[in-house]
Amino acid sequence: MSRIGLFITCVNDALYPQTPKAVVAVLERLGYEVDFPRAQTCCGQMHANSGYRGDATRLAESFERVFGSYDAVVTPSGSCAAMARDQYPGLIGSDIGERVYELSEFLLDRAGVDDVGARFPHTVTYHPTCHGTRALGLGDKPLRLLRAVDGIELVELPEADQCCGFGGTFALKNADVSSAMLEDKCRNAAGTGAEYLAAADNSCLTHIGGGISRSGGPKPIHYAEILASTA
Amino acid sequence: MSAREEILARMRRALDGAGPAPEAPREYRRALDADTDVVELLIDRLVDYKAYVHHGIESIAGALGEAKRVIVPADLPAEWRVGDAAFIEDEDLSTAELDTADAVLTGCAAAVAVSGTIMLDAGAAQGRRAITLVPDHHVVVVRHDQIVGHLAEALPRLDQTSPQTWISGPSATSDIELQRVEGVHGPRRLDVVILPD
Amino acid sequence: MSTAFPQAAKVALGMPQLRSNLAHATGTIRAKRAKVAGELDDWEQLRSAAAAIKADVQRRMPELAVAFERNATEAGATVHWARDAAEANAIAARITREAGADEVVKVKSMATQEIELNEHFEAEGLAAWETDLAELIVQLAEDKPSHILVPAIHYNRTEIRDIFRNRMADAPKGLTDDPAALAEAARLHLRRRFLSAKVAVSGANFAVAETGSLVVVESEGNGRMCLTMPETLISVVGVEKLLPRFADLEVFMQLLPRSSTGERMNPYTSVWTGRAAGDGPKDVHIILLDNGRTEVLADEVGRQALSCIRCSACLNVCPVYERTGGHAYGHVYPGPIGAILAPQLEPGRHDDLPYASSLCGACYEVCPVKINIPEVLVHLRQQGPHQAGEKAAMGAAEAVMARPRLWRAALGAARFFSRPWRGRGFVRRLPWPGSKWTMSRDMPVPPKESFRDWWKERER
Ligand code: SF4
Repeated sequence: MSRIGLFITCVNDALYPQTPKAVVAVLERLGYEVDFPRAQTCCGQMHANSGYRGDATRLAESFERVFGSYDAVVTPSGSCAAMARDQYPGLIGSDIGERVYELSEFLLDRAGVDDVGARFPHTVTYHPTCHGTRALGLGDKPLRLLRAVDGIELVELPEADQCCGFGGTFALKNADVSSAMLEDKCRNAAGTGAEYLAAADNSCLTHIGGGISRSGGPKPIHYAEILASTA
Repeated sequence: MSAREEILARMRRALDGAGPAPEAPREYRRALDADTDVVELLIDRLVDYKAYVHHGIESIAGALGEAKRVIVPADLPAEWRVGDAAFIEDEDLSTAELDTADAVLTGCAAAVAVSGTIMLDAGAAQGRRAITLVPDHHVVVVRHDQIVGHLAEALPRLDQTSPQTWISGPSATSDIELQRVEGVHGPRRLDVVILPD
Repeated sequence: MSTAFPQAAKVALGMPQLRSNLAHATGTIRAKRAKVAGELDDWEQLRSAAAAIKADVQRRMPELAVAFERNATEAGATVHWARDAAEANAIAARITREAGADEVVKVKSMATQEIELNEHFEAEGLAAWETDLAELIVQLAEDKPSHILVPAIHYNRTEIRDIFRNRMADAPKGLTDDPAALAEAARLHLRRRFLSAKVAVSGANFAVAETGSLVVVESEGNGRMCLTMPETLISVVGVEKLLPRFADLEVFMQLLPRSSTGERMNPYTSVWTGRAAGDGPKDVHIILLDNGRTEVLADEVGRQALSCIRCSACLNVCPVYERTGGHAYGHVYPGPIGAILAPQLEPGRHDDLPYASSLCGACYEVCPVKINIPEVLVHLRQQGPHQAGEKAAMGAAEAVMARPRLWRAALGAARFFSRPWRGRGFVRRLPWPGSKWTMSRDMPVPPKESFRDWWKERER
């Protein structure tokens, strides 16, 4: 079986260890061997999207050095996978992005499974993150995996396709607009009455969760953690 | 340097080194599915736009309704002039004369079923643009052989360089809260008479 | 860097009526667009064709512009070229005077908005009357347009009724806020003006090089009135409006109405080629306008903005536009297209607009000519200018992240120093610039054990 490199992303590295742990659990349950190259840091997206091409280029080069030898790189972030696939060709002339998979892509398209044997007896609403859905073209892949989870009850999120207002430095540079977008997202999420709000990116969940922490509503959770759950 | 020379020079400078663009992929449809009933579809779309649809020469009188003074292009077929209205041929009528007419009756160049579009290109039985614009009621006759399914089939039927008006329903606006309201400056009532071949 | 946008946005966000008008209107049009675009099973193929045809137009712009000029001239039009707004306005004013007129009727046109033709005419003692309903509302209100397609989108029906009542001398007595009644009032108000106007000014949606034809797409019939009734017609046309062939309309006239008003076809499309004997204006002028477009053309990534057909679909789906409206952008082209076009048309200005986006990509998804707006936004952000503080922070972050050992050390330090907040799990108030975050969101605290520690433990 091929060698899988796990790219946990800088956000998870700093704040959310439970998400990459969940990815490891799911992949190992399916019989894959996962490798965690310690020299990994950041894909360079924040720099690239804020207009710092030079900085982004150096981070992309370092990503390529760390992950160049893997047949597949799996990451629990639609946004970082999209960065590698969309921007690395222009930035460093590398097609490594073709081998970088967001978790649901790997599970459905490469491993060919949609039922990962999870159990999660809770109500969950799902927010399709912008970069995952539009830039990467994930469509409803994470949702397809969630639908196969035992005991889960999925509730539709109104205006699900609307951005939560994060957008990296946008949240700071245009804090008022960003907050107005967040307010609507939190209201819609709370309106579902779900216990959990799942998404494919912890950066967006940090944003939405930061709002919900004040206004109340479902608990944010990365969908990988639901897939890892067997409770 | 003249403005013309300067703008063209700026363009050339801007494009310096940019080769030709790749050939455009044209994989889109040029026709509807072969089994489409284009007449039915056209009628459906016209009704959707709040145009009124009639069938056969005899129905022209009804389509004209109460109109007493009806403008027609000079080459409008005699057999279309049905009913009691006075048919006034357009021989360079003044705007004021057009403005006092109750209706205008014309033919068309082509009709596109999928979008409910009737196309005028100043050809036979259509007259100049002003006559189908100033009167508040337009009755247009469409023959079956003028109806096509798709826009791409209609364009080759037009005289490209003659003045054209493509009409899809009566004049309308969506400028207030994006709610569509029929009837602004163009004819507020559009009647379409469909003639079998 | 300018902070005009964030500041204006803040003001707009504080206007509940504006926000509700915009949310209502954009929501309505979004649904309509999605429905009629979804009716076509070849929508994606049409978008690809349109993008490629426009890319071809850009690469062959000099050749196509000259061909257009030749064919239009042969058909009896007079073609003028204008390097900038001042030149275009001067030509239009001169033609108007030579026609013996001191006023013109106008078809809604973004190009004439861009060059501020109305203001220029006024300064020269000429009057320019807008005839599109929404433009009329904006002109009567002495306001500025806030949307490409529906310039009065920021007003609701009651506000419009009040504008008519207070500022339209011949407004019918007892005018209600029923949209049909308001449209009727506009009809009556403009009718005499249409039927007696000597000169009209228009833009064009397309300029067909092969035939020298211009195309105007509209709904109300005010366009037909202006293009048909006056003796003299002046059309101001950006050079990017060219299409190579007449048959290319089969692509664009499917995409444009469905993307803009959400209709299968707009009520009226006018196509004219120079002069026609006994039909329409006898004196036909076309002003080909540069006004910064050739600058945009020079930027390989940015030039795709010249493909824009001004449908406004990107505005209607934009979560930022929906909340701020068009005025906050401070340019005639608001929303996502404005954010990439304004800073390119006026280099050195509007440099905050490329940041007025969360890069959510909704605009790219709907754009009928497939302009990769997020790509151009990022490209423009690279051109700076970058704030010194931010630049230093970004550089420092990169310096750490590019060195795995430093990165690990930084993560360790963050965990260590955030201990006091760990019990609670989040931070409610951070110092600037983190305060921009905590104004509306809590910030999570790094965990006790990192993934790296866990992994190391496991490997042992
Ligand atoms: S950028 Fe695209 S979506 Fe936006 S107005 Fe232009 S053509 Fe329409």
